[in-house]
Amino acid sequence: MSEFSSFLLGTTIKCIVVIAVLIGAVAYTTWLERKVVAHLQIRWGPSRVGWHGLLQPIADVLKLLLKEDMTPGQASKFLYVLAPLIAFVPAALSITVIPFGNVAHFGSQTVRFQITDLNVGILFIFAVTSVGVYGVALGGWASNNKYSLMGGLRSSAQMISYELSLGLSVVSVLLVTGTLSLGQIVDLQGGRWFGIIPKWNIFVFPLFISFFTYFVSAIAETNRLPFDLPEAENELVAGFHTEYSSMKFGMFFLTEYINMITVSAIATTLFFGGWHGPTFGPLWLRGILPLFWFVSKIVAFLLFYIWTRGTLPRFRYDQLMAFGWKFLVPLSLANVVLTSLVVAWRA
Amino acid sequence: METMRFNLESGQVESTAGKAETMILSMGPQHPSTHGVLRVVLELDGETVIKASPDIGYLHTGMEKLSETKTYAQVLPITDRTDYLAPMSNNLGYIMAVEKLCGLQNEIPLRAQYVRVIMVELNRIASHLVWLGTHAMDIGAMTVFLYCFREREQILNFFEAACGGRLTTSYFRVGGLPSEIPPDLVPRIQKFIKEFPGRVDEYETLLTKNPIWLRRTQGVGTISAQNAVAIGLSGPSLRATGVDYDIRKKEPYCGYEKFEFRVPTRTEGDVYARYLCRVEELRQSQKIVQQALDGLPGGPIRADCPKYVLPDRNKMKTEMETLIHHYKIITEGIHPPVGEVYHAIEAPKGELGYYLVSDGGPKPLRMHIRGPSFVNLQALATMCEGRLVADVVAVIGSLDIVLGEIDR
Amino acid sequence: MVTIPPPLENNSTVKRFVEKFGDALQEVVYFQGETTLVVEKGRILEFCQFARGDDALQFDSLADLTGVDRMPGEPRFEVNYHLLCLSRAERLRLKVRISEKDGKVTSVTSVWPTANWHEREVFDLFGIVFENHPNLRRILCPDEWNGHPLRKDYPMLGYEEAAPSPEPPTKRGWYSTLSD
Repeated sequence: MSEFSSFLLGTTIKCIVVIAVLIGAVAYTTWLERKVVAHLQIRWGPSRVGWHGLLQPIADVLKLLLKEDMTPGQASKFLYVLAPLIAFVPAALSITVIPFGNVAHFGSQTVRFQITDLNVGILFIFAVTSVGVYGVALGGWASNNKYSLMGGLRSSAQMISYELSLGLSVVSVLLVTGTLSLGQIVDLQGGRWFGIIPKWNIFVFPLFISFFTYFVSAIAETNRLPFDLPEAENELVAGFHTEYSSMKFGMFFLTEYINMITVSAIATTLFFGGWHGPTFGPLWLRGILPLFWFVSKIVAFLLFYIWTRGTLPRFRYDQLMAFGWKFLVPLSLANVVLTSLVVAWRA
Repeated sequence: METMRFNLESGQVESTAGKAETMILSMGPQHPSTHGVLRVVLELDGETVIKASPDIGYLHTGMEKLSETKTYAQVLPITDRTDYLAPMSNNLGYIMAVEKLCGLQNEIPLRAQYVRVIMVELNRIASHLVWLGTHAMDIGAMTVFLYCFREREQILNFFEAACGGRLTTSYFRVGGLPSEIPPDLVPRIQKFIKEFPGRVDEYETLLTKNPIWLRRTQGVGTISAQNAVAIGLSGPSLRATGVDYDIRKKEPYCGYEKFEFRVPTRTEGDVYARYLCRVEELRQSQKIVQQALDGLPGGPIRADCPKYVLPDRNKMKTEMETLIHHYKIITEGIHPPVGEVYHAIEAPKGELGYYLVSDGGPKPLRMHIRGPSFVNLQALATMCEGRLVADVVAVIGSLDIVLGEIDR
Repeated sequence: MVTIPPPLENNSTVKRFVEKFGDALQEVVYFQGETTLVVEKGRILEFCQFARGDDALQFDSLADLTGVDRMPGEPRFEVNYHLLCLSRAERLRLKVRISEKDGKVTSVTSVWPTANWHEREVFDLFGIVFENHPNLRRILCPDEWNGHPLRKDYPMLGYEEAAPSPEPPTKRGWYSTLSD
């Protein structure tokens, strides 16, 4: 087998596995969310389909697939169909550059748990996810529904504003690490200080501020409570996807959860040492454990997401914009300056 | 190009030339946070509300017309269905109006009065809990809703134990109560009432000092005391503007003068003030129920007034005269004297008035319900105009309206 | 001069109205502790302005406004104004009688803005017209509704139910078929 064909085969397999795992993860994130929120709210949550409702996501997917797919009569048909795809594809693409495990050895083959380690990985993610705004905005516009339109407008404004502080908060990390490749960023976070504190970026002096701005912007970017204005169901019925049904709605739904997973994965990679964690045991376990640490960190973030959802009320639109522009953006800018000073002083 | 637009207030088609381009958004009658079938037609400039006109009547069932064809006793179940979150208050308002019409105000035995107070105050708690839950949900906090419903469920269980109905209680009767309350009910309520202040603390932890909640409610939907009186606001919405008017204090009925409680007032007149007033009312109602339970006297539960009040069942089986009275009331219904009365009580949502006109017959000539929600909703337009769409939702929630009562 | 029932002889509120309006006050009724002043129809607005504006009365709130149809009595309609003074916790009922032919009364929305919806409701359900009302439209029934439901001659089931039209129902077809 030539090197090229083995690369092709390996990547294809990795893509298929990652997409399958991702979709499964989304399904079970919804289950997790429903279950956790239910217990926060003294309810049981899904409990009928399967043991503790474990088959509920599958039933939901079947329901979405079998539901009648309606297009409103006045809708702009082409864009209406296109919008969920525009939202979905970039969300799925961004996962490709995230390293989710260390190098593992299967016989003679060496496998890196990352689809591709682009040297501009973080930029790639930002480039690709910004396209997702079009899906939401177009979906809201193409439905020809006033609620959808307002939802679409709100979300385009919101996502564009918060992308700024999101990008700025990442800049500090890049300044400290000096690389754009996510693989290298993770590699740099290996090891410990004084043998106890892991060398994660979160523990590097000004970077916890970046983490704060990053995570707040990320919640806003993924349209989750307390920033879920585009789909504020109590004001805008269901926001930009009011008119969507069946799998088209399912795509938006998938997108939201994939985005949640992606931003959690990026947060893990940039600030929490990626797949780093204590490894021990035989070789195979040493290969698998990083994957486990990576997934648990993501789950911790997801739980935090769900917890906020169960606790907080929602911001108002103007307050959200003010919060973004008057607080988060200046804070991340100041943080960039601070980080540069620290880096310069150390150098 | 000149465009034409239908003006909702005047019903005329007008030109929009020279005006800012606005969007008409019909919020409701099917909308998650218009609390039933309210429709608010919003004229929007971007997200700013220029004009808000509530459109009601989607739930109009002609209750007042229907009442004219029923005997005084048969009207009672209709009153449950007006404000379905506070059926006990509606029962009480109607029954007290009939009692006033018959001149029975001073005949009601003490025990019946105390049970009435307990039930009505529990109902106030239940109604405020639904308000709190839905209001918080409108602003995005879902969890409070389920906590509130946990307590409300217990109260509904008490109602069920007392009268068999949870939502449509039809409980009180002219002259007192239909039957003695079950013996285990008092300790059950006592247990609940003991736990309740802790529960209110729980809700408050989630909301009262939450910065997002404060931002969403403070300074939103403000109304001055003067405007509030002019527009007819009543209940907690009025007291949140600083007007200290609670019918339980100012025109006591049912022995409210015997209980010690505070009427919470605020002066801000915004959504947050209304929120604080109602939450404090939860605590005050708890105190009233506590006092009523502690002082619950024994004795008869129905007035001894054979012309208007059903006699005791055992007496009816042994005494000829009583049997005749029973027969007359059951077959013909009661015949109050000719006249008209208006009786107002403090329902959870405000002043609930029943206006009854009797022509001496067994059926009311006219029964009119002055629903607090109907009047309070009039304030919506003043509170919303110039604000954002999200504020409309907050204001509707804070007014605590029930469409059953508005449309009747 | 109007006769005042014995329990109200020393009532300052009633006295104040008698002093001010004299003969325009047609009747004073006392029933179960409630005072009703029957007022000359043409002067209701004056009465209300006085009741609200006068320093001794201060009826600053209109608790309720509603109509009554006393068919076959004459005059057929009544409109009742339930006034409330918040500072003294005192209630008062003003009443005007309106004949069927006339069917009009002056709106009091200029005195109490809250009368707006109440008057619309009375107009909707009784067909009494309130002159100078800013927006006198139906409020509970649909705009195209036929008749005024709370009138005594309005059948319980509505006109269409009570006397079905010979041609097949079109406009509210679903409603007409409900009773079959």
